[in-house]
Amino acid sequence: MAIGLHDSTIQNPVIRWVDQRLPVFTMMQKEYGTFPTPRNFNYFWNFGALAMVTLMIMIATGIFLAMNYTPHTAYAFDSVERIMRDVNYGWLIRYVHMNGASMFFIVVFVHIWRGMYYGSYKAPRELLWILGVVIFLLMMATAFMGYVLPWGQMSFWGATVITNLFSAFPIVGESIVTWLWGGFSVDNPTLNRFFSLHYLLPFVIAGVVFLHVAALHITGSNNPLGIDPKGPQDTLPFHPYYTAKDSVGLIVYFIVFAFLVFFMPNYLGHPDNYIPANPLVTPAHIVPEWYFLPFYAILRAVPDKLGGVLLMFGSIAVLFILPWLDTSPVRSMRFRPIAKWALFLWLIAFFVLMWAGGKPAEEPYVTVSRIATAYYFGYFLVILPLLGRLERPLSLPESIAMPVLRGGGPVMAGAAAKPMEKA
Amino acid sequence: MRDLKRGFRNLIGALALGAASLGAVAPTPARAAGEAIVLPDAGFGFAGFFGTFDRGSAQRGLQVYNEVCAACHGLYHLSYRNLVEIGLSEDQARAIAAGVEVRDGPNDMGEMFDRPARLSDRFRRPFANELAARAANNGAYPPDLSVIAKARPNGANYLHALLTGYVDPPAGFTVAEGMHYNAYYPGHQIAMPPILNPDQVTYADGTAATVDQMARDVATFLAWAAEPETEQRRAMGVKMILFLIVLGGLTYAVKRKVWADVKH
Amino acid sequence: MAETMASPGGAAGAPHGAPHGTPAGETRRDFLTLTTAAFAAVGVGAVVWPFISSMNPARDVLALASTDVDLSPIAVGQAITVVWRGKPVFVRHRTPEEIQVARDTPLTALKDPATDASRVEKAEWLVVVGVCTHLGCVPLGQKPTDVKGDYNGWFCPCHGSHYDTSGRIRQGPAPLNLAVPGYSFTSDTQIRIG
Repeated sequence: MAIGLHDSTIQNPVIRWVDQRLPVFTMMQKEYGTFPTPRNFNYFWNFGALAMVTLMIMIATGIFLAMNYTPHTAYAFDSVERIMRDVNYGWLIRYVHMNGASMFFIVVFVHIWRGMYYGSYKAPRELLWILGVVIFLLMMATAFMGYVLPWGQMSFWGATVITNLFSAFPIVGESIVTWLWGGFSVDNPTLNRFFSLHYLLPFVIAGVVFLHVAALHITGSNNPLGIDPKGPQDTLPFHPYYTAKDSVGLIVYFIVFAFLVFFMPNYLGHPDNYIPANPLVTPAHIVPEWYFLPFYAILRAVPDKLGGVLLMFGSIAVLFILPWLDTSPVRSMRFRPIAKWALFLWLIAFFVLMWAGGKPAEEPYVTVSRIATAYYFGYFLVILPLLGRLERPLSLPESIAMPVLRGGGPVMAGAAAKPMEKA
Repeated sequence: MRDLKRGFRNLIGALALGAASLGAVAPTPARAAGEAIVLPDAGFGFAGFFGTFDRGSAQRGLQVYNEVCAACHGLYHLSYRNLVEIGLSEDQARAIAAGVEVRDGPNDMGEMFDRPARLSDRFRRPFANELAARAANNGAYPPDLSVIAKARPNGANYLHALLTGYVDPPAGFTVAEGMHYNAYYPGHQIAMPPILNPDQVTYADGTAATVDQMARDVATFLAWAAEPETEQRRAMGVKMILFLIVLGGLTYAVKRKVWADVKH
Repeated sequence: MAETMASPGGAAGAPHGAPHGTPAGETRRDFLTLTTAAFAAVGVGAVVWPFISSMNPARDVLALASTDVDLSPIAVGQAITVVWRGKPVFVRHRTPEEIQVARDTPLTALKDPATDASRVEKAEWLVVVGVCTHLGCVPLGQKPTDVKGDYNGWFCPCHGSHYDTSGRIRQGPAPLNLAVPGYSFTSDTQIRIG
C-alpha cells in the first residue's frame, strides 16, 4: 500500500485502483454487503427500501415529464394532455408519476407506522427519526406543488386553499400569502415557482435520505423485538439475506403499483382535475389528495382559523418530539400490552380522519373529526408520557437469537408473547 | 411451511395496511350538492379491466358529435389524424377533416384565414374563446369535450344518463328561465336543451337512431376521446403483471434458498 | 452499537452452525439467481425503453402540417424563404442562365454528383432545405445584397462552403448538396412541401 492510499481488500485491479483512491467500493461492501443486520426482520422492514426505490422512480419519471411540460397558465393543462396523447409512452410516464405519488405516501405511511409500533424512534435513533419526519414534510410540500402543475380545477383551488393557510397568522399573514403567490391570487408566477420548487425539492429529499441512511448505519437497525443485537449470532450480513428479502417485497410492491397504473390510473385522483383551472368558479366539493386528508380533517376540526392551521402543523410537529414523549424504556409494542392497544386506536383515529377529511364539512363528520383529532394528540401528549410510568411491560427476551437457538423463548403472557418473528 | 405461512402473513399484513389507506378514501364521490344521484349503468363494453371500445359505436358517436354536439362543444385535444384509431381509414379521416374549416395564418398579408382542415389539425373550436361561447349561449359555457369522460365521476355512464335524462320535472320543482330539467345533472337544472331527438342523425350502418342509441354511441366516442390510450394501456398492463408474477416467483425462490441455512 | 458488535463480514453467515449447501445446492442457487437476475435485467430494459422513446419526436410533431407556398409573387431571379418543420426552405425562381449553368456542369466537377434535373420538379423552380450540410448554418444568398459565393448559388459564412445554382456543394467543408425536401405542385403556381 502506497502512503495516502486507502487499504483496499478488493482483488480486481481496476476496481482496486479506484477503491484505493476513492473507497466507494469498500464503503458499499461495508454498508450494504457485510452490514450486520438483525436476523429477525419481518416484511415491515421492506418499506424503507421501497420508499427509496419510489423516490428514484419519481425523480426519473419527473425529469422526463418536465421535458414536455409547459409551466404557464395558458398551456399547462394542454401540455399535460399532449403528454398523454402525443408523446411516446407519455401516458405511461405520467400515470407512473401520478400514481407514484400515492404509492410513495402509502409506503412512507407504513414505514412511519413500523417505526411507531416497534419504537424505532427511541434512543439512540432519535435523530434518525427526526430526519425521517423532515423527509415526510418535504414530501408533502413536493406532492402539493406537483398537484398544482396540471392546472386543473383541483390544482388551482388546492393551491389557493393551502396557500391561504398562511393568512391565518396575525399581522404578517397576508404579506406571506402575497409573497407565496407572487401576485394577488394564484396565477402564472405561482405556477412557475411551484414548478421550479417541485423540480428542486426531490433532490433535497434525496440529500436528506442520504443523511437518514447514514444515521441508520451508525445506530444500526431496530428490529421487531426492539432489543439490541448482542453479538454475531443475532445478526446476518445485509447481503444476500436482506437484499433477497427486499427484492421479494419490491416485486410484490411493483405488482400493486402496476395494477394501479395500468388498470385504474385515475382511481386515486379527482375527476375535477381534468377540468381546466377556472379562477372564477370553485368546485362544489373540494378535497385535497387522499394522503393529505387526515391533516385536512384536523384543520377543519377546529372552528378557529389560526387554531386549525396551528393544529394541522402541530400534527406533524408532534412527531419531531415523539422520541421524548414516549418515556418507556421498552421499544417494541409487542412487550407493551396497554400502549399497543393505545397505538392501534391511534391508527384507527388516523384512518377515521382520512375518511372524514374526504367528507363535506358538516355533521356528523365535524364531530367525528374532533373526537379523532383529540385522540390523535391525546395519544402523543398524554397517553404515551403517562404509560411510560404506569405500564408494566412484559419481560423481554434475552437476545434476538436465543429463542431460536434454544428452541423457545422465555415464557411471556398474553397475545404479546408471539413466537420469534424471523424473516 | 410454518415459516412460509408466517412470512406471508407479515407481508400481507404490511400490504393490508397500505390497502386500508386506499380503501379509506375510495368512496368519496359523494357530491356536495346534497342528494347523491345514482347513475344507471349503461353496460359499456369498454368498462371493466379488459374492455375494448366498440369501433362501430365510436364511429357512430363521432357522427353524432359532428352533426349535433360540434355546433357548441369543442374537442380540442383531438386531432383528425386520431380518428384512424377508432377504425376509420386515413382517407375517411381526411374527408371528415376536409369538411371543416379551421383558422390558420397569418398569411403573407399578416391576416388570419380559413382553410379546410388537414389530418394534422386539432378539432375545430366552435367559439374563439370562452366569452364568445357564453355570449352565444345565454351565458352558459359549453365545455370542451376532449376529456369530459374523465372529468366527471363515472364519466361514460354520466354522459349517457345526462343525454337521456331530460324528463318532466317533478311536481313543485321550478325550472328557471332558459334552463332545462335533467334527472342526472347535479342540481337538475341544465342550460343545454334536450338536443337529441329520435332519428336526429341517419346512421350509415343502418342502426336505428334512438335517443338511447345516440347517447350510448356518443358516450362511447367521448370515452375513447378522453383516454385513447386505454386499450394499449390495459394490454401492456397484462403483460407487465404476468412478467412481474414470474419474476416475483423466481425472486421468492431465491430468497428461500438464501435463507435456507438460517436457523429460525 | 450494532456496529461495534458486528461480526466480521464473511463470518456473519456462519454462526448458525448450519453447513452451507452441498455443491449441488450451490449450483441450484447459482442457476436460480442467474435466471432471476436475467429476468430482472429484461424487466429493467423494458422499463428503460419508454423513457428513451419519449424523447423521440411526438406524434403531433411527426404529423406536423405540410407547408403550402404560393409561387406567383416570386419574380424571375428572386428567392423566398419559407419555414417547414422549423427549418428554412429556399424557393428560387431561377433565370434561364442559372438553369443553363447548372445543367452544363459536368458531374465530375461535383463533390456530391447529382444532375440538375434530378433536383427539380420544374426547371425554373429550385426548392432546397436552406441548411448547410456541414454543421447546420443557414447559407447566405437569398437576399439580392447577399454574397452568393463563387458559384452564384449560396455561400455559408460559418465555414465557407459554396453552393451552385442547383444547390450543389462545390467548394468548402460541406460534404453534401443542399437537401431537396419532398414537395409537389398542387397547381401551376402553388407547391406543397412535406
